Amino acid sequence: MDTHIQVKDLNVYYGKQQALKDVNIEVPKKQITVIMGPSGCGKTTLLKSLNRFLELTDGTRITGEVLVDGQNIYDREVDVTEVRKIVGLLAQRPAPLPMSIYDNVAYGMHIHKMRNDRKEYKAAVRHYLEIAGLWEEVQKRLHDPASSLSIGQQQRLCLARGLAVEPEIILGDEPTSALDPISSQNIEARLLDLKQQYTTVIVTQTLRQAKRLADHVIYMYMGEVIESGPAKEVFTNPKHERTRQYLEGLF
Amino acid sequence: MNDTHPVPPEINEKIEGRSPRPSIAPRARQDQRARRVFFIITLLPVFLILAVTIALLVRAWPILQAYPLGDLLFGQVWKPSDKLFGFGPFILGTLWVTVVGVLLSVPPCLLASIYLAEYAHSATRSFTKPVLDLLAAIPPVVYGVWGLLAIVPFVEKVLAPFAKRWLGSVSIFSVNQPTGFSILSGGIVLAVMIAPLIISVVYEIFATVPNDLRHASLAVGATQWQTIRNIVLPQVTPGIIAAIVLGASRAFGETIAVLIVVGNVPQIPTSIFDSAYPLPALIANNYGDMMSIPLYDSALLGAALVLLVIILIFNILSTLVLQRMLRRKWA
Amino acid sequence: MGMKKKYWQRRHLMELFMKTIMRISLVVVAASLGLILWTVVMRGLPAMNWDMVTQVPKGGFYMGKEGGVLNAIIGSLYLALGGTLLAMLFSLPIALYLKTYLGASKWGHYVRLSLDVLWGIPSIVYGAFGFTIMISIGMRASLLAGIIVLALVELPIMVRAMDEVIRRMPTDLEQAALALGSTKFEVAMQVVTRQMLPGIMTAILLAFGRGIGDAASVLFTAGYTDRIPTSLLRPTASLPLAVFFQLGSPFPEVQQRGYASALILTVIVLAVSLGSRWLSSRLNKYTVK
Repeated sequence: MDTHIQVKDLNVYYGKQQALKDVNIEVPKKQITVIMGPSGCGKTTLLKSLNRFLELTDGTRITGEVLVDGQNIYDREVDVTEVRKIVGLLAQRPAPLPMSIYDNVAYGMHIHKMRNDRKEYKAAVRHYLEIAGLWEEVQKRLHDPASSLSIGQQQRLCLARGLAVEPEIILGDEPTSALDPISSQNIEARLLDLKQQYTTVIVTQTLRQAKRLADHVIYMYMGEVIESGPAKEVFTNPKHERTRQYLEGLF
Repeated sequence: MNDTHPVPPEINEKIEGRSPRPSIAPRARQDQRARRVFFIITLLPVFLILAVTIALLVRAWPILQAYPLGDLLFGQVWKPSDKLFGFGPFILGTLWVTVVGVLLSVPPCLLASIYLAEYAHSATRSFTKPVLDLLAAIPPVVYGVWGLLAIVPFVEKVLAPFAKRWLGSVSIFSVNQPTGFSILSGGIVLAVMIAPLIISVVYEIFATVPNDLRHASLAVGATQWQTIRNIVLPQVTPGIIAAIVLGASRAFGETIAVLIVVGNVPQIPTSIFDSAYPLPALIANNYGDMMSIPLYDSALLGAALVLLVIILIFNILSTLVLQRMLRRKWA
Repeated sequence: MGMKKKYWQRRHLMELFMKTIMRISLVVVAASLGLILWTVVMRGLPAMNWDMVTQVPKGGFYMGKEGGVLNAIIGSLYLALGGTLLAMLFSLPIALYLKTYLGASKWGHYVRLSLDVLWGIPSIVYGAFGFTIMISIGMRASLLAGIIVLALVELPIMVRAMDEVIRRMPTDLEQAALALGSTKFEVAMQVVTRQMLPGIMTAILLAFGRGIGDAASVLFTAGYTDRIPTSLLRPTASLPLAVFFQLGSPFPEVQQRGYASALILTVIVLAVSLGSRWLSSRLNKYTVK
């Protein structure tokens, strides 16, 4: 297994409350890793430690290391904006920026000055909208406000926006929980398509989704990682009692 | 009108058969009556605006009859004993002081409030907010005392000599009189006075922008300033304009604090180091002898009317502009 | 891999620059506000003594002889108390009506707009308005006239502040009460008022603070006297005017007392403001969060 992200002895505190306890995991390259567990177990906290979103909340304290390709992203020398460029995030609720569809996709590329002229930007916007499976639907109204899209379309737009800055890793924080079943399916299909090129980490509440998507599974309980491993092994033959109970739907 | 009836009649009927009828009728009547009384009371604010305007208009009528409006508004000589009532110098004085005050206040206040809203730790914030509230409560006359004791000497001994030495060629900085009682002093006092107001309003406006938007921008690797500049600021621009207008109209009508430091010389100012005589100061300084000279009382209340009308236009226009801007395509 | 921070990049320099000037701005604003308190305390304290707060002006007070400004302190308290009570009588119904009956309706919008406009009218205009009414009905400067005009000044401040907190009330709570069969009037009186009590108290004290410090409106309407008023129809002194008149004196001793009077006024206003903060944090315990 080729490790892309390695988390070492990670502890996270919100004020006095400890949200993550001694987390040690490895995330394989170009596969889908699913973090699951009952609500409040620290799934989202673990996910957000990977793009340094935890520090957006006042009073968060983090110890330990998160290595991406061997580089600790919490190192003082590291530029947090570079981390977030490499590690993209698909949020729980789609958050289209208050601008046009086109500008949403171009936003990150402009921020990082990734293209040279309008033509290149146009081509890139088209490219990423195609990847997100949205191009067909929006090509005639690229300059409409993004908020005019349906919520499922908005989430695919957010995916395109995230991909446009050429990340290596995609994080998904329950990315389908706000969507209708058909839109969810659509997003899941995209994520499966994209796993050839991107390392993907998804948090999910639904076991079925985990089973559909996961190559690799991390099971968490009360801020600790109980079990992690290849999906097949964990689903068919969990090593821990808690994982088994969870998989059997006992809680 | 249905919404005053908590229980729709058809349901009410069903209840009737089963249980003793709840005494809805008298309570509904009480509700009706309260509604009417409440309604009449809400007429009060609207009525008050009209009453103030009309009362001042009635009192100012004699002078409006005696002189053409243009002569009053743009007339440059104020000599009630010679029946000359030109508001020109006073209106200009008010404008100068307001503009200087707002220009001095807005840049630091905007920056400070953006810092508080976007960067500051919650500890800094929870310390700064109450302090600002406290300072907003300081009465104008105290600001006036401060201006007299600290700002007037500062302008006289530091800023004026500095301007004389380095900025003499620029006419709005030319020093034509020896004291510190000047437009600049008035402007500085006003700038500090409206600061808590502007900061707290702007801060609240920033707080209305959902964090999801900030996070969406940060997630693609934008710096915090890029996020503010590209995402947050466009959302709050109308609100910021409103805050500035609010501060400006506060400054425009401020009486005591300005009066104490501005010199009160009825002249057309040409430099921020000149004295000026703002409209509110004119009214406050002369109310005592307004009954002694014919038309004097009418002229002074006319001045109050001018002040009122300008501020009404200010407020109403800004509200209209705001509504227009808020109806933008994707606000 | 290129995750190391490139400090010389334009966007990082910009970030640093903006953050720095923002910090400087905050310090400048805070410092100039702090300077006011410092100036008033440093210049007011030397002239402070017991007589200032326990005596009314004696003969020759305005030439630097004995006495104090008790008349102005009491006068100001009377004025602000009266004005606040009167304003409250109207503010509370307006704020409640806005919330429970009008909501986001058109009429509600107009009422709010007119309140904003009223809030922007400077107090000197209210003073002049009061004055015109007084000459029309032949009334003389008095405590009562001052109270009425102060109520006008305070009304929009109070309603806006109340509306602000009442609007923030969770709709669930109101609907829960409506669902139980309460009429809107009952909801207003029982649920909204109780839930919003801390906010309402804060609004009232805020308006009181503004009222006690306002000079321009009472200048025309309340007059000035060396005696403590014994009736609503007598004129009364007030602290802001006491400060103002003493500042204008040619005698240095009197000017000094002006500074001391300003200190007294500042202390009262800050005490009210701190008091309201304390009170609202106490009362907050009994509300649904």
